[in-house]
Amino acid sequence: MPELKEELKEKLITQLSLEDIEIGEIGDNDPLFGSGLGLDSIDALELIVMLEKDYGIKLKDPKEGKAIFESITVMSDYIIKNRTK
Amino acid sequence: MIKETYYISGWCTIREGTVCKNGTLYYKDSDADTAKDFAKGLYAFMNLKYSKFHKMDSLCKLGFLASELLLTDRKDIHQDTALVMSNKASSLDTDRSYQESINDRANFYPSPSVFVYTLPNIVMGEISIRHHLKSENAFFVTDYFDASFHTKYANILLSTKKASQVICGWVDLDTDKYDVFLALIAKKGKKKLTQSSLHKIYNQ
Repeated sequence: MPELKEELKEKLITQLSLEDIEIGEIGDNDPLFGSGLGLDSIDALELIVMLEKDYGIKLKDPKEGKAIFESITVMSDYIIKNRTK
Repeated sequence: MIKETYYISGWCTIREGTVCKNGTLYYKDSDADTAKDFAKGLYAFMNLKYSKFHKMDSLCKLGFLASELLLTDRKDIHQDTALVMSNKASSLDTDRSYQESINDRANFYPSPSVFVYTLPNIVMGEISIRHHLKSENAFFVTDYFDASFHTKYANILLSTKKASQVICGWVDLDTDKYDVFLALIAKKGKKKLTQSSLHKIYNQ
């Protein structure tokens, strides 16, 4: 579980080009959107693609992402429960 | 009706590892192998803090940096500053990247963040967001920088009061060969706006 959280933080930084942010700056429970990392709607789509590509999770409704991408902890819990690879 | 005279208030060029501002060398990096690396070095040199920069494609990064050079320290940039740009390669550089990402049908994961840059006019959107511009903008794909066209277009926008200033120029990138030129056209400035003066500073 801690490993998955670190993995997710690394993926966030590399796949969303967050070059000004270090892994240590992302708290497990920090909000990813809005006042947190300041991710935008394109980032949300990119995360949906990442879920499918890296963890075999296909979201039926992109609106589900709003809850799943609340924080690293929430994302990690969701992936553990639903991953197919 | 007396035809008003407009001026080139500032300009910059970015090409072949060299950046010039108003005709003076500003930055040089002959070691950067790619446009992306060059843009990253220039961004650091300019000490900019704009996290969205890192998400842009190379065409947008170069156009964005040119606009920063042009607008930094200016307090007279109005929301109605129009943007008129052109290039030869359109968004071909990013189009190729996107195509590569979708070539393999067995590994088909198109990237939304790459796809959004598969239009050349996105660079104007990035500049508008940065400077809160709500203005006329147009992007043309032409074989070469047509100073006559840009001079006429700027004159029309200014004389018809569609804009109080115009940023015009050439933002071209194809396989790490880049050629960027932006000029700020206003009612006051360093040089009188003519086809010849615009052409001359483009070639500086």
